[in-house]
Amino acid sequence: MIRVALPQHLRTLAGVDGEVSLDLDGAAMTQRAVLDALEATYPVLRGTIRDHGTAKRRDFIRFFACGRDLSLEPADDPLPDEVVSGREPFRVVGAMAGG
Amino acid sequence: MSGVRLLVGTRKGAFVLTADGSRKEWDVNGPLFTGWEIYHVTGSPADPDRLYASQTSGWFGQVVQRSDDGGATWEPVGNEFAYDGVPGTHQWYDGTQHPWEFARVWHFEPSRADPDTVFAGAEDAALFRSSDGGRNWEELSGLRAHRTGEQWQPGAGGLCLHTILIHPEHPERMVVAISAAGAFRTDDGGETWQPINRGLRSAELPDEDREVGHCVHRIAMNPSRPDVLFMQKHWDVMRSDDAGDSWREVSGNLPSDFGFPIAVHPHEPDTVYVVPIKSDSEHVPPDAKLRVYRSRNGGEDWEPLTKGLPQEHCYVNVLREAMAVDTLDPGGIYFGTTGGQVYASADGGDTWEAVVRDLPAVLSVETQTLP
Repeated sequence: MIRVALPQHLRTLAGVDGEVSLDLDGAAMTQRAVLDALEATYPVLRGTIRDHGTAKRRDFIRFFACGRDLSLEPADDPLPDEVVSGREPFRVVGAMAGG
Repeated sequence: MSGVRLLVGTRKGAFVLTADGSRKEWDVNGPLFTGWEIYHVTGSPADPDRLYASQTSGWFGQVVQRSDDGGATWEPVGNEFAYDGVPGTHQWYDGTQHPWEFARVWHFEPSRADPDTVFAGAEDAALFRSSDGGRNWEELSGLRAHRTGEQWQPGAGGLCLHTILIHPEHPERMVVAISAAGAFRTDDGGETWQPINRGLRSAELPDEDREVGHCVHRIAMNPSRPDVLFMQKHWDVMRSDDAGDSWREVSGNLPSDFGFPIAVHPHEPDTVYVVPIKSDSEHVPPDAKLRVYRSRNGGEDWEPLTKGLPQEHCYVNVLREAMAVDTLDPGGIYFGTTGGQVYASADGGDTWEAVVRDLPAVLSVETQTLP
């Protein structure tokens, strides 16, 4: 199971407390697969992390895992082993911006 | 006894304020969607329990919330606003062409007849329609495809479609307004559109008869006389008696004809309300006095309404979507400020009272008159 940590506003929107767990069911363990599974499980999150249509990461969203910023990594690159094994969460972060 | 529901959108959530017909005691419910910008909340004329809210965030984009029980509970519905076909470009601030990009919904306009049919005015300027209660949206792309579309340029607030007026008897006739493109009208349900900006004068434009490029801030009408339109433009208060085919200035004796909102009395179609702001670069009330101005003769003469409003040290603004009227008798007028106050008048503007004082900056105020 992949663990995903969402920012507060998206937890509220999805109606979840704490982390969510996703079963990728044999899919490649990539950012794209995690986000596809997240949006399939919680359709209300479509368009809030990635743009509709292009699936491009929204400007003020970042992805972190294992202390690393994965935001600029290719969406189809393998995720770190710690994320794949469930030892570490894949973090969706609302970037610090604005005032 | 009938009552009123105020639907208030703010920079940090939505609020639902209710009162009975006396409009003296108000219940304040909220915030809803705390922390999100709520550009607009409005109700269906066909079903007062059906509400739509535009919930937006620079981080998380657009969410559309729908209520089927008058705001007690809400459900996120569809948020995919895809421009029809290849989006093309419009003019950017520097004069170059810029791709059309969806940012947010500024305004919902539900059908008068069907609670599941609702129009959405978007930034970048486009008109969308849902026929299934907000689950799916399609663009009425005839507007954006108008031959002038490439000349449309954003105002300081973005290239936003903020006003949608539906003719009460002929819903195929609609008027929309876009900052800073101008006003447009369709007579065929949104297939084709024509600019309706003749008579507008924008001093910054070298061609004073320019077809588009006018920063229209708001247009209002009384449903009993739908071809008479009142407009608050960037500067100038304007009036049309022919559904926008031509406009004439009715700024008269206003202390400033810059402002954002404009409203028409629910029962007196020649009674109009504006909130003058000192200038386009200052956005504060003239003389630090918050004054609503009322004209009882369609804009020929204006009188200040001050009773109950702050008359010193006041530097709030009233945004374009933040003024509304109810349909009780006598008619009620409401507005919200960037300082978080919501003011109500149950006597057509003669006296005002703050319903609530310390909300986040108010973006929008709508009313529902309840049975």
